[in-house]
Amino acid sequence: MHISRSIEILVGFFVAIGFVAMFFLSMEVSNLSSANGDGGYDITANFENIGSLKVRAPVAMAGVNIGRVKAIEFDPESFEAVVTMKIEAKYNQLPSDSNASILTAGLLGEQYVGLEPGGEEEVLASGSELELTQSALVLEQIIGQFLFSSDPEEE
Amino acid sequence: MLDYLQRLGATSLSMFERLGRGSVFFVNVLLSIPSVVVRPRLLVAQVYSVGVLSFSLIIISGLFVGMVLALQGFYTLSDFGAEGMLGVMVAASLVRELGPVVTALLFAGRAGSALTAEIGLMKATEQLSGMEMMAVDPVKRIMAPRFLAGLISMPILATLFSAVGVLGGYFIGVGLLGIDEGGFWSQMQAKIDFDQDIINGLIKSVVFGWVVTWIAIFEGYDAIPTSEGVGRATTRTVVHSAFAILLLDFILTALMFGDV
Repeated sequence: MHISRSIEILVGFFVAIGFVAMFFLSMEVSNLSSANGDGGYDITANFENIGSLKVRAPVAMAGVNIGRVKAIEFDPESFEAVVTMKIEAKYNQLPSDSNASILTAGLLGEQYVGLEPGGEEEVLASGSELELTQSALVLEQIIGQFLFSSDPEEE
Repeated sequence: MLDYLQRLGATSLSMFERLGRGSVFFVNVLLSIPSVVVRPRLLVAQVYSVGVLSFSLIIISGLFVGMVLALQGFYTLSDFGAEGMLGVMVAASLVRELGPVVTALLFAGRAGSALTAEIGLMKATEQLSGMEMMAVDPVKRIMAPRFLAGLISMPILATLFSAVGVLGGYFIGVGLLGIDEGGFWSQMQAKIDFDQDIINGLIKSVVFGWVVTWIAIFEGYDAIPTSEGVGRATTRTVVHSAFAILLLDFILTALMFGDV
């Protein structure tokens, strides 16, 4: 069976276009291009309650994404949640007494970790632990507190 | 009554017989794949007829499916003021489900039926037995290149379908409905995970490519060598492929995304 050259060219073109489409999907559509690299360092923080924080949630400082939540574990001794975050390598000037709080993007949005810079000279490095943390606001608890604290005043 | 039971038994026996023959045939095809590797020209010709000729069909379908998704998704999302999520919705449904499944269904109709008809006609005109007479193994010469070509073409076509669909959604969402362009792409990138979504979609398309091509070449090989038999085999290819695709899609989706 003789195969003309144009068929071979068309097949090559077909395969190449397949690779271009794959490249487009991985770079433009998925998160492969951002924050998935090996660079960066891990820091941990203990929270009393993480609400509905999920692995891969953003870590933001001043509203800018600087990393992602890498792992969430439960510490059976302190009964706290241990959140490990991967911070991008270029942000290596964060003060070591920065505090972390779990915030919600918008009223019904997903939860993320917000960092606020402290004043210390020392900077965060791989393995550092954030001491100052603020738990997630759980709506049921707030409503409960509100109900119980407002009841006696009215009566 | 006894007659009915007998027919039932005969039907199920012949069904298992076909399944068994199909599996043996598949193993034979697998074993002859090395002989294709040493003669890549056969493979190139088949990738042309299976893949390249399905190209325009897949591109046009992908574009329109993406555009329809954007229109329909906008209708629902705008009720919640979440138009910015349109990109995520279009991309996730394309990459996870519609890309592999719709491509496989179209592929079964376009390439699978053509494969069955071609091989069935070769059998009807005794070309296959002619090859055997010349000590050329038709499984090596005819079946294996076609099988491999289907397995290669399907993931490429499904990827193209998803990519073109996302672009179609972009044209409608950003161009026509006026959604913010930056939000469209950045939300998409934040939500679509490479391993979770794109690789799983790719695995799906490989599995569908395997099952469609297997059914197509087996039906052709197993066809009754008359014009009516070839016609029936072609119909069976499309029907069985569609069943197999949808069933496998459910199983794969449950395995991949069931725990999310």
